[in-house]
Amino acid sequence: MAGAHAVEHDYHLVPPSPWPFLSGVACLVWGLGMVVFFTGLVDRNPASPDVMTEFFFARGLDTIQGRDASNGGWIILLLGSLFAAYVMYRWWRDVAKESVQGDHTPVVDIGLRYGMILFIMQEVMFFVGWFWMFFEIGLFHKVRTGWNTDILENAEGYGNWPPPDVTTIDPWHLPLMNTLVLLLSGTTVTWAHHALINGNRKGAKWGLGLTILLGIFFTLLQGIEYVHAFDYREDGAFWLSTNVYGSAFFLATGFHGLHVVIGTIFLLAIWLRLMNGGLKPEKHFGLEAAAWYWHFVDVVWLFLFAFVYVVFQ
Amino acid sequence: MVAVYGDDHVDSGRPGFFTRWFYSTNHKDIGTLYLVFAIISGLIGGYLSLMMRLELAEPGVQIFESEHQYNVFISMHGLIMIFFMVMPALIGGFGNWFVPIMIGAPDMAFPRMNNLSFWLLPVALVCLLISFFVQGDASGNGFGGGWVMYPPLSTSGSPGPAFDFVIIGLLAAGFSSIFGAINFITTILNMRAPGMTMHKMPLFAWGVLVTAFLLLLALPVLAASLFMLFTDRIPGGTGFFDPAMGGDPVMFQHLFWFFGHPEVYIMILPAFGIISHVVSTFSRKPIFGYLGMAYAMVAIGVVGFIVWAHHMYTVGMNVNLKAYFMAATLVIAVPTGIKIFSWLATMWGGSIRFTIPMLWAQAFIFLFVIGGVTGVVLANAGVDSALHDTYYVVAHFHYVLSMGAVFGIFCGFYYWFGKMSGLQYNKWLATIHFWFSFVGVNLIFFPQHFLGMQGMPRRYIDYPDAFSLWNKVSSYGSYVTLIGTLFFFVMLIEAYISRRRVSDNYWGEGATTLEWTLSSPPPFHQFDTLPRIGRDDHH
Repeated sequence: MAGAHAVEHDYHLVPPSPWPFLSGVACLVWGLGMVVFFTGLVDRNPASPDVMTEFFFARGLDTIQGRDASNGGWIILLLGSLFAAYVMYRWWRDVAKESVQGDHTPVVDIGLRYGMILFIMQEVMFFVGWFWMFFEIGLFHKVRTGWNTDILENAEGYGNWPPPDVTTIDPWHLPLMNTLVLLLSGTTVTWAHHALINGNRKGAKWGLGLTILLGIFFTLLQGIEYVHAFDYREDGAFWLSTNVYGSAFFLATGFHGLHVVIGTIFLLAIWLRLMNGGLKPEKHFGLEAAAWYWHFVDVVWLFLFAFVYVVFQ
Repeated sequence: MVAVYGDDHVDSGRPGFFTRWFYSTNHKDIGTLYLVFAIISGLIGGYLSLMMRLELAEPGVQIFESEHQYNVFISMHGLIMIFFMVMPALIGGFGNWFVPIMIGAPDMAFPRMNNLSFWLLPVALVCLLISFFVQGDASGNGFGGGWVMYPPLSTSGSPGPAFDFVIIGLLAAGFSSIFGAINFITTILNMRAPGMTMHKMPLFAWGVLVTAFLLLLALPVLAASLFMLFTDRIPGGTGFFDPAMGGDPVMFQHLFWFFGHPEVYIMILPAFGIISHVVSTFSRKPIFGYLGMAYAMVAIGVVGFIVWAHHMYTVGMNVNLKAYFMAATLVIAVPTGIKIFSWLATMWGGSIRFTIPMLWAQAFIFLFVIGGVTGVVLANAGVDSALHDTYYVVAHFHYVLSMGAVFGIFCGFYYWFGKMSGLQYNKWLATIHFWFSFVGVNLIFFPQHFLGMQGMPRRYIDYPDAFSLWNKVSSYGSYVTLIGTLFFFVMLIEAYISRRRVSDNYWGEGATTLEWTLSSPPPFHQFDTLPRIGRDDHH
């Protein structure tokens, strides 16, 4: 790097890269898209419609909720998401290339491990937020009604959890199936890992491929459960806008579902690297990181299953 | 260590302008970007506060078009100063510049992610600035619910897109900080130079390490609660904070302050680190009680997570809970006291030089103690029932932030300006900046204690005539501070015009950390050969 002085350390000095800056730009487009889609920047004015502005910047959610079909309020959000996805793809492809070039020396590899552990720590705290919400509404309201008479106006709503007018989902049906699917996927990803360590690339490909299929299967089952709840929302089941139980249920399991999708994409990227001849028995941190993340997603589900589905059914 | 590089023209490996500043992977360049960004945000936030003081100079409504607009200014002043001025300056700016150098590392652990952390901030600021100009509630543009964003003001009370932009902006700023935290922790744990054990690590690196853990553990909870606000705001959406659906607005306050309280330590711990170095350098003594200083910061960080509800004494909380939160809060005074007394003990018997950074450090210690003792007053649940949401609270947290964190920033700036730029500032201009700022901020905020004791509530555009005297004094203080700030910019411009070069270690004998072994400014990539720290070297 610097003049005649040789670099005598093993750290990885990364050359300049456009992806972080472009990630920021993508984030701006995505953020604008979120606001337009969920709130909208302009109101529709049937009297004097400004067609283009209203098409792109009026509330996009109206399309889904069936209030107005002719709407492009989702376009910016889609563009932002695709832009972000493209940048992430290029960025991670660079990282994979650097790994092949040998930039990931032992000390850099340890750094990557620290980074992944810390990232999972922050994910754990994110779910602490959701469980905090769930337990505070579920348990604490009963206690709090005793302290503060001001909130007794809604005593039934506060005193019972789940609220009495909600029929909860039977945990020993689809949710149990989902638990088994995720636990099974935990074993297949370990199979893939150990197969790779022992030089059995074919086994690694099968194990990882099955893990991905199980991840997709989980998302599918969760989707069926959501659709079912939505269809019967008027007849005793619940939706996120029914009451706070529905809100808690769908947002907590929904954010978990989002993380399952992220984890599946992570595994898929590693699987593609494996199919293209990447990852060595002695050096495959990408696979390990994906497995760590997958186990984290698994553990969050076990907590969701135990508390959201079983204990408070 | 001998500095092996002469002036900066010799450096190779430095890319062209656009690549260097937009695609950067260099911790020093990214640190500079952060500092410039913090100065710009500080000007925006400062403008908002100046307008507030102009409005409050006299009873009656003078300047603002509506009460709502005043509330927008208050809310945005808080958010911009916290997320876009103090945090980028202390953690992003000085942290990026000096943590790798102080621990003897060539760069941060994840240089690309470092740049992502930076670029998410302008994105976030743009979102917040857009929110000024789009519909907030029925009475006007912008979000006026306060930086704490309590529902229902932030849900049904502010239906327009303005608050959605605030949410997106804060999510972006939050992820910026989370990525930054991952980067700093990994760098500090994995990239210390040979021989630099954790117990030999400079205190600024310790401060940033503890800060990074606070960011890592607190911000995701804020992200979760921001998502809850976001979905609560959608018509036909969720009802986490809506009592009509069985939700609870107080729950938002719990979630928010679980983040919000560690946040105040996030803003002050790096400043603690800077003050330690400056006090030690200009007393020409190693810091007193190094290990106590390091673990006091760890203790502040740990206890900082279990005191959040002292911001919520008046929500109708169980009295036993209040007693717990009061006791836990008062406990924080112990490690903070360790820090204050160790700084005093460092100066004790030292050969003290009153350089510019030392002036800021002295002022920091003096004023932070004032903010600290009013904090002890406010920690008492019974007293706080009377003082909650009065100007006493405003005075308290501006003493610890606008005179704690911000004085820490200027202290670090004057300490390291020569190292970062290679230039010497004019000492008279810097002295004028210091004294105007010192007198100015005290004039602003000390009278606010009286106003609070007399019962003047915060976040009001107007007040009875009885409060006019101290409000007038307070507003004069803001003009004095403005003059001081102008001198800061004059000082900067003068330094860049005159281009007086400084030596490698321009503070001399007392400055012992690794940045003083490099040239000023340091080479584009330092430590191609890693420094070795001997067994008997002190920090």
